[in-house]
Amino acid sequence: MKENRSEKQGTWSRKKSGSALFSFCITFVFMFVTWIILSGKFDPLLLGLGIFSSAIVAWFFHDLLFAGATMEQAGVFVRFCRYMPWLVMEIIKANFHMLYLVFHPRMRQLIDPHIIQFQTGLKSDIAITTLANAITLTPGTVTITATSEGGFRVHSIDRKSAEGLPGVMRDRVAHVYGENR
Amino acid sequence: MHILINIAAIFFLAMGLIFFLGGAVGIIRMPDFYSRLHPAGKLDTLGIFAMVLGLVIYNLHHFSIEVLLLSIKMFLIVFFVFLASPTATHSIVDAGMRAGLRPWTRKTKKE
Amino acid sequence: MIYFFSCIAVALCLIMVLPLYRCLFGPTVLDRLVGVNAIGSKTVVLLLLIGYLYGRVDMFVDIALAYAFLNFVAVLAASRYFHKRKGLYEESFME
Repeated sequence: MKENRSEKQGTWSRKKSGSALFSFCITFVFMFVTWIILSGKFDPLLLGLGIFSSAIVAWFFHDLLFAGATMEQAGVFVRFCRYMPWLVMEIIKANFHMLYLVFHPRMRQLIDPHIIQFQTGLKSDIAITTLANAITLTPGTVTITATSEGGFRVHSIDRKSAEGLPGVMRDRVAHVYGENR
Repeated sequence: MHILINIAAIFFLAMGLIFFLGGAVGIIRMPDFYSRLHPAGKLDTLGIFAMVLGLVIYNLHHFSIEVLLLSIKMFLIVFFVFLASPTATHSIVDAGMRAGLRPWTRKTKKE
Repeated sequence: MIYFFSCIAVALCLIMVLPLYRCLFGPTVLDRLVGVNAIGSKTVVLLLLIGYLYGRVDMFVDIALAYAFLNFVAVLAASRYFHKRKGLYEESFME
């Protein structure tokens, strides 16, 4: 078991070494922008310290945050940025429904909590994570478990917010990560 | 111009306050712990978003590079909360599920 | 406008009383955890408002960011801790 795992890690790092420089650069830029935002000063000393420390962090952890990033995956980022406003709009719409439920005097007749299960057929881990987060952020539904095969169990507070579930949101996420069926 | 900025800031702050109030009332009124998570996790997230948006709009009164960095830092908080809140909610639900806590269902449906 | 900010801050403090009730009298441990999480997310905004009241937002925004991190980590660690404890929740069925 142990040998198996170490061999897997070995192939992993070998496969990634081709794009190690690229992910190092991305991590360095990300860290340095974070440094500038958090410090907010533009002395030469502080900027030099920022370059130094973010280079160290990027050197050690370049295979952690953007592991195996390539130039083709820039499309994923662009599509993710286009998917974000739609998600925020969806969250706001559903939040008003939640507010109506909370302030309704006879709330216990309105809500109907139940658990639904469905299969999405998403493959990659990050797509499943994004979908689970999106489902949880949309009020009325909370992801309970999400398996790595794409099966979801969702706790939903009433029938209305549960009925449209694996539909539009799954298609959007699949489109972002290029997994159309 | 200043009056417009003030009105927009007041509007967003009041909206965030309403969202927070909804979340708090929902935590009190909901029948069981799973349905309590719905208002707690989500209305609070949108409440933070609306209130920070109001504060950032109020920042527009005197615009400079430091105020811009300040506003970006505030949106960093919002971004982090948008990432962290579903994770925390999912973690609590997972703990409840593993502990074997059954969800509340409506009595009339079950006959 | 500063007066309005202080009114909002006081209103937030009043809203925090409601999750505090859930923290004190929650039937299960996880209910209390939900209450703590809700109070923490209100505290982040309260810290920003206090920064505006004192005119030192650049300092208080860092504190608010750190508090958001701390709140998240605390809730995550506590819910992981209560993972394995079966049988703690029998009292929770309020029929």
